[in-house]
Amino acid sequence: MRYWPQPVTPEPAHVTTTAAPAVDAGRLTHLQRLEAESIHIMREAVSESERPVMLYSIGKDSSVMLHLARKAFYPAPLPFPLLHVDTTWKFREMYAFRERVARELDGELLVHINPDAQARGINPFDHGSALHTDLWKTEGLKQALEHHRFDLAFGGARRDEEKSRAKERVFSLRSAQHQWDPKRQRPELWRLYNARRSPGESVRVFPLSNWTELDVWQYIWLEDIPIVPLYFSKPRPVVERDGLLIMVDDDRLPLAPGETPRQVSVRFRTLGCYPLTGAVESTADTLTGIIQEMLLTTSSERQGRAIDHDSSGSMERKKQEGYF
Amino acid sequence: MAAHSSELIAHDIDEYLHRHQHKGLLRFIACGSVDDGKSTLIGRLLYESQLVFDDQLAALEADSKKVGTQGGDLDFALLLDGLSAEREQGITIDVAYRFFSTETRKFIVADTPGHEQYTRNMVTGASTADVAVILVDARKGLLTQTRRHSYLVSLIGVTSVVLAINKMDLVGFDRDVFDRIEADYRDFAGQLGITDITCIPLSALRGDNVTEPSPHTPWYTGPTFMQHLETVAVDDLAHARPMRMPVQWVNRPNLDFRGFSGTVVSGTVQPGMRVKALPSGVESTVKRVVTMDGDLNDAQAHQAVTLTLTDEIDVSRGDVLCDAASPCEVADTFAAHIVWMHEDPLTPERPYLVKIGTRTVAATIATPHHRVDVNTLDHVPAATLHLNEIGLCTVSLDRGVPFDPYAVNHETGGFIVIDRITNTTVAAGLIERATRTASNVHWQATSVDQPARTRLKGHEPALVWFTGLSGAGKSTIADLVERRLNAAGVHTYMLDGDNVRHGLNRDLGFDDAARVENIRRVAEVGALMVDSGLVVLASFISPFRDDRRLARERVAAGRFVEVFVDAPLDVAEERDPKGLYAKARRGEIAGFTGIDSPYEAPEAPEVHLRTHRLTPEQAVDAVVAALRERGLIPGD
Repeated sequence: MRYWPQPVTPEPAHVTTTAAPAVDAGRLTHLQRLEAESIHIMREAVSESERPVMLYSIGKDSSVMLHLARKAFYPAPLPFPLLHVDTTWKFREMYAFRERVARELDGELLVHINPDAQARGINPFDHGSALHTDLWKTEGLKQALEHHRFDLAFGGARRDEEKSRAKERVFSLRSAQHQWDPKRQRPELWRLYNARRSPGESVRVFPLSNWTELDVWQYIWLEDIPIVPLYFSKPRPVVERDGLLIMVDDDRLPLAPGETPRQVSVRFRTLGCYPLTGAVESTADTLTGIIQEMLLTTSSERQGRAIDHDSSGSMERKKQEGYF
Repeated sequence: MAAHSSELIAHDIDEYLHRHQHKGLLRFIACGSVDDGKSTLIGRLLYESQLVFDDQLAALEADSKKVGTQGGDLDFALLLDGLSAEREQGITIDVAYRFFSTETRKFIVADTPGHEQYTRNMVTGASTADVAVILVDARKGLLTQTRRHSYLVSLIGVTSVVLAINKMDLVGFDRDVFDRIEADYRDFAGQLGITDITCIPLSALRGDNVTEPSPHTPWYTGPTFMQHLETVAVDDLAHARPMRMPVQWVNRPNLDFRGFSGTVVSGTVQPGMRVKALPSGVESTVKRVVTMDGDLNDAQAHQAVTLTLTDEIDVSRGDVLCDAASPCEVADTFAAHIVWMHEDPLTPERPYLVKIGTRTVAATIATPHHRVDVNTLDHVPAATLHLNEIGLCTVSLDRGVPFDPYAVNHETGGFIVIDRITNTTVAAGLIERATRTASNVHWQATSVDQPARTRLKGHEPALVWFTGLSGAGKSTIADLVERRLNAAGVHTYMLDGDNVRHGLNRDLGFDDAARVENIRRVAEVGALMVDSGLVVLASFISPFRDDRRLARERVAAGRFVEVFVDAPLDVAEERDPKGLYAKARRGEIAGFTGIDSPYEAPEAPEVHLRTHRLTPEQAVDAVVAALRERGLIPGD
């Protein structure tokens, strides 16, 4: 903990000019405000639900959300389990990281695998990314929520990720069919959130709503939060598919005749199913290196996600169907 | 971001991160319509702060050509489109939150549309804003919409306003136009109590005075739009007010730890501070300010912490921990501005839920005292409130809750109204003041309270309420009771029609509404006198059960003694000491109780005196005996 918890930290001696504004001196920094807001949201959500759960995707946003949850309820253990909706197609390093988190967790990490998708052998190559995502993630999530009768689920989505999310509520109501209806969303004023729901309905809660990608990285840096090593650059075997650099993470990735993976120094800005997640060429192998690269980069975070490329407005449609 | 910032990132990322980490946060709301160039302005802020990536820029260029309104030039407004339904309608219909940061601050923008039907969205966006940006089109000057935006901003209590006078390029950057709009606005906004106003001449489309001073406005010496946002001092109410922390969650991992988790919504809390838990009123001292990062020496407004106390007191979710030296009020009935936010209109007196702080209670909302026309600011009569209407209403809760008036503290004075059937949020409320304090809780931290006053008196206070027909003998008996009590050393006071109708209530007539108000005032005065330690004898016909119940509820249980002075109508009419029955029979008095207005007899009075069978002395004995039995006055 380098700069927490006291709001005013003396400037390091080597700083001669400072951008720290006198106008906000003595007040909480923007990151401290975001942290406090997220904690507040989590405490409200837990207090106003009977069976809450935190959706855990193994990515950096989930890492931050888990860290904030530990802060929110400290010294008590987490008052809810984590749930990973597994597609069986994540990177191997993600699975290793998940096991580590489960071991160190003061609580339970549930894993759900859609038995129907498993039985049908759904994969992104034969069935396409849309069906793959729908069955493994959207359907899998519905199954898990219904099976455990969870009435409130935390998700790590941020409003800055995508245009359609700028208007998403912090507390987002879903029908018994897990559908999101833009007309039924509730106004959110001050710090007052309304988590009340009718039987069958559930609430998705997004504690990171007001965080940006830079905020997330900066917080990971400040708080020393562990993240999956895939975010750091190192030589990895990749092939090029539809303009994306796809990592050959295991032998399930079909190679064209004569196609051989190249060893390229790459890292990932977002993590998902490995055949659907594009890598970026990079040499950034430290946190500050990643942040530096992100700040100087010229393409947005979601560019590496195949799911958004389907068509404009696709994220919004997926949300209405129950995808996060 | 500016070029030197990119350089710093490239050459000294650690230094950049140190700086970024110390940035403050400013939340602002942008009010205006598409026509005013609001989306263009916000889009340009995002663009200028380099938050638009190449792939987004490529999409923007393509979209600008396809559907843009700028003849193929970049249409920044297109950066902001969210839901496809809106994209088709060409307007934004909800609150969108945007983010950008500069060298000094991170900004969260609540982007709300300006159309009349979207008061709901503006109020929502303003509720968390430090600053309001109100756009006007320089060609059009102040519009009805500008007035509406300003009223809503003042209602929600955003005190710092930027009037962005946009499209200056279309009026030739004419200083006179700017000066005239500024003067008009200062005049108008002053009437709303808005005094912290900064007017900036802009062309959001061309970029004049957005981030860089414009060469076209040499006559303007104030800050650019961005400079102003970066430096505006936020008069943060939350820091200036006494400490409040609504308890969200009781943190009890084991028997050795009992903490109260919540967000400090105002003031500062530190170990050793004396705090009061409301509504119970129990006090204790803060022992520790606990966080996962270690205990804090203090926590300021907006910080989320867990407090432990030195005493084992009963505190639960919904309670508010306050600075004991300056606690919240507690009340169950409020006058509040209600902003209706749902298609189904308000149903007066129907049960709703109110969530205030972390507490949710049952509530009813009375017919509005008036509705505010948000365009003219006129107060107009209203039977209900429809979507996007604002009215002043009496809100009654089923129990007392801790609060501050909204003007004093937004976090403890703002509430939402929830429909009990659909569970949706149907309204927002802003407490003006309590209209009566909760009777069943002792919350007032006065050093001399009612028990202290009572100790000096040697008897308990009480409100003895004589009800019955005119001529039944109320005044006669009350007078005799007072004499007897006075002789016994009991401090008394008599309230009757004569001494209140000539002063306190001389503005009231005799129609039903006036009678109800007459009794309400008497009940309030009686309750104050009870608090002061007196035995109050109130002698009023008070024909309606509801009114007497209201009086009973004004004082603590056991302190209200209802005396039914019961004489048959013919007996009372025959006595007719003031000749009133005769007048009523002749039709000279309308609405006379027993003649042409009903008397609702008490169902379970503490004392029932059938005066036609008792002597006055026997009646007095019965009343005094009832007071003794209840321990209100000493025995013989």
